[in-house]
Amino acid sequence: MDLVTQIGVLVLAAFVGFEVISKVPNTLHTPLMSGTNAIHGIVLLGGLLVIGEAVGAHDVLGQIILVIAIAFGTINIVGGFLVTDRMLGMFKRKPEPKTDEGEGS
Amino acid sequence: MSILATSFLQNRHFIDSLYILAVILFILGLRGLAGPRTAVRGNQIAAVGMAIAFVATLLQEGVVPNGHTAILIAVGVIVGTLVGIPAARNVKMTAMPQMVALFNGVGGGAVALIAWAEFRRHFPGAGGDWYTKSMIASLFAAIIGSISFWGSNIAFGKLQEILPGKPIKLPGQQLINLVLLIVCVGSAIAIAAGTHSQALFILGVLVAAGVLGNMVVLPIGGADMPVVISLLNAFTGLSAAATGIALNNFALIVAGTIVGASGSILTNLMAVAMNRSVPSIIAGGFGGGDAAAAGGGGAAGAGAGGTARSTSAQDAAIQLAYARQVVVVPGYGMAVAQAQHAVREMALALERKGVEVKYAIHPVAGRMPGHMNVLLAEADVPYDQLKEMDDINPEFGRTDVSLIIGANDVTNPAANNDPGSPIYGMPILEVAKSQSVIVLKRSMSSGFAGIDNPLFYDPKTAMLFGDAKASVSEITAELSNL
Repeated sequence: MDLVTQIGVLVLAAFVGFEVISKVPNTLHTPLMSGTNAIHGIVLLGGLLVIGEAVGAHDVLGQIILVIAIAFGTINIVGGFLVTDRMLGMFKRKPEPKTDEGEGS
Repeated sequence: MSILATSFLQNRHFIDSLYILAVILFILGLRGLAGPRTAVRGNQIAAVGMAIAFVATLLQEGVVPNGHTAILIAVGVIVGTLVGIPAARNVKMTAMPQMVALFNGVGGGAVALIAWAEFRRHFPGAGGDWYTKSMIASLFAAIIGSISFWGSNIAFGKLQEILPGKPIKLPGQQLINLVLLIVCVGSAIAIAAGTHSQALFILGVLVAAGVLGNMVVLPIGGADMPVVISLLNAFTGLSAAATGIALNNFALIVAGTIVGASGSILTNLMAVAMNRSVPSIIAGGFGGGDAAAAGGGGAAGAGAGGTARSTSAQDAAIQLAYARQVVVVPGYGMAVAQAQHAVREMALALERKGVEVKYAIHPVAGRMPGHMNVLLAEADVPYDQLKEMDDINPEFGRTDVSLIIGANDVTNPAANNDPGSPIYGMPILEVAKSQSVIVLKRSMSSGFAGIDNPLFYDPKTAMLFGDAKASVSEITAELSNL
């Protein structure tokens, strides 16, 4: 992809981002922030793409840097999605027995 | 046959198709997050998209050229998973904002590290094989990623109360920030111009940007932290997109940009709810102190208004039990005291006595939009009892008791009637319109914004001092004795 195409993709993606996000209700903002936060962990792919070349060049420091980068990216993704899931799980409408439990106690 | 299959899997077009699929899943997932019913699935869809993008990248020809590379990748992914899963599983719901800050920080850190590695890779050759485009994009990623990493760590420290929430300022802060910015951009230009000591200058860029990230966030008060985290979230997204441009990776560009766009919207929304502008919040870091100084002045003025009346759990319980409608106004104090379950029990006790209980949720109550909703949902408070500000404000006139649990600034009438107050103009929950007000609070200290609250000196306000959870439990106990 040449630069112009890439910038075109970037601009269109920005509009998609605005459109999709502007519809989220206030109450879901924390999970939304957490969810988008997980998505930018995609930078992990960048680490995957370049580590092979650091190995090929026998660049030990480069390899260490990239292993840390991959670990960071993984934390971002795994932690981000899990924490969002936990938050959202609390919004699930639960059946009413909870009130009975309250009355029983 | 297997050669055919392999070459098909490594086909550029096949990989790109997988990336497009992943991006579609991200967008569908985010759209799912728009509603409480579809949100859980939305998040899962986005996670599946991520898994597809991950596998597609590994399939790409030359990404895993040998076993050594495979081992390194496995080590990184396994370590990341082993750290990420327990962190996400064990974090308390009240500590969610700082966890998001931390996850955002490591994302920014990954961006900065990858940019650093890219520079190391291209130093020795110094040849024409590295496009200017990729270099500039990498420099951008290095600066923004580094700012995001360090800034997020400071935000985490402030919310976790490792660092004081109050603005920390150094003399000559502005000058220091300016120098750092110059060092940062200057080093970047030196690299772009083709200096011989690139190795030195890239470290200059990373370190200066990192210190700048610290310096910009440190002077910002804790109350503005959600806006800062949201802004840094958008930054990390944009830097991921820059990494995508540097590495010619479609998925990175699209996903990073979508996060950048959504983060910007959210940042703006949060700032608007606080009647602040994003530049003025960040200026807290650059210019420093105007808002804090004004806050001090306002406090002195309001404090002269009178004395606060304190009450007991027993009196509060009687007042609540004989009310027709009670509106609970939760704030950060409820989160800190983990009082959401106790609040739910008290509400059930009141409902059994025929009292109607509603919850008034200010858009910036707590440390993030939706923070209170998450906590109350955890305690099984029915979704329809949670009222947003615009819906509940007309109801305060008909409310007998407003019970404020650890909220302060979002109820401060000074925002409506004191033009000198730093929060003047911020939309608030108009609790002062209800028949009476009970405030549960640890002490008379001012809220996170550092402003005194005239509501506490209002004759119809009673203060119940103590830990929110203990106070609420006491009220519940007293209710059962009535």
